[in-house]
Amino acid sequence: MAAPPVQLLDVLLFASAADAFGAPQVRVAVPVGATAAEVREALFAAARAATGRALPAASRLAVNQRFAAPEQPVAPGDELALIPPVAGG
Amino acid sequence: MTETRLVRRPISPDGLLGAVADPAHGAVVLFLGTVREQNGGRAVHGIDYSAYEPMAERELAMIAAEARTHYEVGALVVEHRLGTLGLGEVSVGIAAAHARRGPALDAMHYVIEELKRRVPIWKREHYADGTREWVDPSR
Repeated sequence: MAAPPVQLLDVLLFASAADAFGAPQVRVAVPVGATAAEVREALFAAARAATGRALPAASRLAVNQRFAAPEQPVAPGDELALIPPVAGG
Repeated sequence: MTETRLVRRPISPDGLLGAVADPAHGAVVLFLGTVREQNGGRAVHGIDYSAYEPMAERELAMIAAEARTHYEVGALVVEHRLGTLGLGEVSVGIAAAHARRGPALDAMHYVIEELKRRVPIWKREHYADGTREWVDPSR
């Protein structure tokens, strides 16, 4: 059976997540039709592979500048960002 | 009237109070968050604040709109500073005004709690030994 088609998505990184990857954004490969939860999991796996360190467990994915529900699908052209635990105030 | 913004200059308490001034208000609440000299037992010398700016601006505006709807505040101004701040400097300022004190206090409290929960702003503390670390309130 053929593998499902894969899409490459760029994700903006901030604060400790940008430090973990050593870059302000990262590209991840996920199946076409992937959800926000799957993109988030791909980012966690990429961080473990690249750095051997885990991203903060409370990191959330934002799609088009809004926090995404886990089941929300993402598509090429969406603005994706990994939001590590926020600390404003 | 609600105004929210990220700023890279000192936050002026007088400016916030002036922005909400109106004789219709019987109560004005001012909250200032300031850089504290220690955290978790470590001496802090300063803090870098950074943000995912377009999303932070959007979330701040949404929070202010929610506060206005819930508490019918007459005027609400929120400023959060970005960049490097020294001890005692103001990192966030909130001014809320209402005819009566209850809703003004409630609106201010709602804004600071929601800001801390969902506005994508981060701080990296500078310690006495020269190291710097991102603060993770979830740990």
